[in-house]
Amino acid sequence: MKSLLKATVAAAAFLAAGTAANAADVKACFVYVGPVGDFGWTYQHDQGRLAVVEHFGDKVETAFLESVAEGPDAERAIERFAREGCDIIFTTSFGYMNPTIKVAKKFPDVKFEHATGYKTADNVATYNSKFHQGRYIIGQVAAKQSKSGVAGYIASFPIPEVIAGINAFMLGAQSVNPDFQLKVVWVNTWFDPGKEADAAKALIDQGADIITQHTDSTAPLQVAQERGVHGFGQASDMVAFAPDAQYTAIIDDWAPYYIHRVQDVLDGTWESHSSWEGLAEKHVVMAPYTNLPADVVEMAKATEAKIVGGWEPFTGPITKQDGTVAAEDGVRLDDGAILGMNWYVKGVDDQLPQ
Amino acid sequence: MRIELVKRKEHSELMSLMSPLIAVGLTALSAAIIFAISGVNPALGLYKFFIEPLTEQWSLEATIEKATPLILIGCGLAVCYLSNNWNIGAEGQFVVGAMFGSILPVMFPSFENSLTLPLMLISGVIGGALWAMIPALLKTRFNTNEILTSLMLVYVAGLLLDYLVRGPWRDPDGFNFPESRIFSDAATLPDVFGGMMSLATPITIIIALVLALVLAKTIKGFEIRVMGESPRAGSFAGFSAKRLTIFSFALAGGLAGLAGTMVVSGSLNQLLPSISPGYGFTAIIVAFLGRLNPIGIIIAGFVLALSYIGGEGVQSGLGVSNKIASVIQGLLLFYVLACDTLILYRIRMVSRRAANPAGEVSHV
Repeated sequence: MKSLLKATVAAAAFLAAGTAANAADVKACFVYVGPVGDFGWTYQHDQGRLAVVEHFGDKVETAFLESVAEGPDAERAIERFAREGCDIIFTTSFGYMNPTIKVAKKFPDVKFEHATGYKTADNVATYNSKFHQGRYIIGQVAAKQSKSGVAGYIASFPIPEVIAGINAFMLGAQSVNPDFQLKVVWVNTWFDPGKEADAAKALIDQGADIITQHTDSTAPLQVAQERGVHGFGQASDMVAFAPDAQYTAIIDDWAPYYIHRVQDVLDGTWESHSSWEGLAEKHVVMAPYTNLPADVVEMAKATEAKIVGGWEPFTGPITKQDGTVAAEDGVRLDDGAILGMNWYVKGVDDQLPQ
Repeated sequence: MRIELVKRKEHSELMSLMSPLIAVGLTALSAAIIFAISGVNPALGLYKFFIEPLTEQWSLEATIEKATPLILIGCGLAVCYLSNNWNIGAEGQFVVGAMFGSILPVMFPSFENSLTLPLMLISGVIGGALWAMIPALLKTRFNTNEILTSLMLVYVAGLLLDYLVRGPWRDPDGFNFPESRIFSDAATLPDVFGGMMSLATPITIIIALVLALVLAKTIKGFEIRVMGESPRAGSFAGFSAKRLTIFSFALAGGLAGLAGTMVVSGSLNQLLPSISPGYGFTAIIVAFLGRLNPIGIIIAGFVLALSYIGGEGVQSGLGVSNKIASVIQGLLLFYVLACDTLILYRIRMVSRRAANPAGEVSHV
């Protein structure tokens, strides 16, 4: 017992020395909703963190907490970082919105960055990417490649970002095949490989020969690989997990944004804003096209170039599921309509959970 | 060679007191080895995990705040388990209690006065108790297995909450995101001390102390213990097993519901699709770690909460995986159970030749 006590005291001394010797100018901290090994959403955020480490070297120190549940634990995790001397804290899941705002009020000198939310403050910025641009492209690829004309979509939560993804996928598919069908399964989780795999199997059994997902694990794609159908990687390039099944992947590349914002803190020029960029700014990147014939790759690349050139997938004519017109021919939906989307486009074989 | 567990005739009083300490010691030792293997200075790891959370006011408060719902739910569950009612569904009772407690701030947000909070807390108790009545009545009426029914209702409760926050209770200003409106100040449980803890903690401690008194000193406490240990003897004394089932489920459900309302009102300030990181299930562990005694549960709740806060500390400070924190928590439970087992049983090595002629048939 005595030696344990001694060790503890020694550790405390070591710790004190450690903090004193810490020469980093900025400490950037990250709160993750999943494990860094999910090879999806959280993995990509951690890749962004590692890019910050690489870019700034000793000037910046980083820390992260993984698998922080949305709910009571989130506020404590964020507050811990604020108290441990983090200068900028990235909270990387929608459910961290109100805890972020709450802690930010208590620590006005700390900068906060909340991913995918809509509440900002003087020291809280938000950032998100136009993932739906990638969805439009994979919708086109799906419609080109599908033999049954049916795709399965594994969806997480019916929040606007996910619904916009489904709609963009469907609009892309319809631009190739107006009769294309889309079946949706809601799994009510961001990360649950078992559930995601079950949903993929159910969708394949219902005739889908293309699987796509708005959840974070590689499981749906692995099921596609096993069952001989095809799919797309989500958030990260998942080709290693499904070398024969993946056509491409919508990659979230947070590195440029994280480096940019940490630089702002270093320079003292950080200001609150709402960032929402896409393919053009390389915040969304398409993985190399694989297992596809040349003409489909060409079509996908042409669409990619069109979007980079400023075209928006949510450009009319767009008809809602109930038959009303969402956008007239040539009219582009405004950002607010996309960020608050709560309706399906015509042709989606599902009722939105209300 | 075979290893057998043989029941001890007498239990060492000293060892009963020592066993939790031995368990903590063994956990610390194993944790040190794990830290060393993962390339972290073991002393520093142990310090961050077990000591550092106690050295600062905010982390101490965060620990107590995390322990609060575990203690409150655990106390109610202890009464169930003492009386042989296996309520596994506190998680659901927690959620339904939180929903009932939120009726006022969500549906009548303009009702803001000094009655708001007390009414919310009472609704929370009622909601949790009502939800617990379902398995209780199914048990007393139809003799169904309450372990199954109470557990299944956890998922029903979760889906109900999910429906409410996505549907009728969705925040009108929330861009369709699944969350209720934010509670007004009148519906928010006030903070105490440094702001990490809400009034929930003093309320919980008072309830635990009252319950400890009731269990130790009153006829009701005697009834609960007798019916748990020997229902037949209890029925001769005029105690009704059915009435006690209803009572213990109502109490456990009510306290879980109160905990749910206090978490929602004190720290979340709104309803979300998921409001509990498994409090209702973790509280089962807390109840047993605390030996089904409210005072023990207060200590057990604190130790378990410490392992969460310490786990976060080693993650953020030393960059180790959160899985290591989970492993250390698991080891703690393992050692506590192992030490308890060795108090009740002793290990006997039996060679096959010796065992057979004696004709023992303990092939378990």
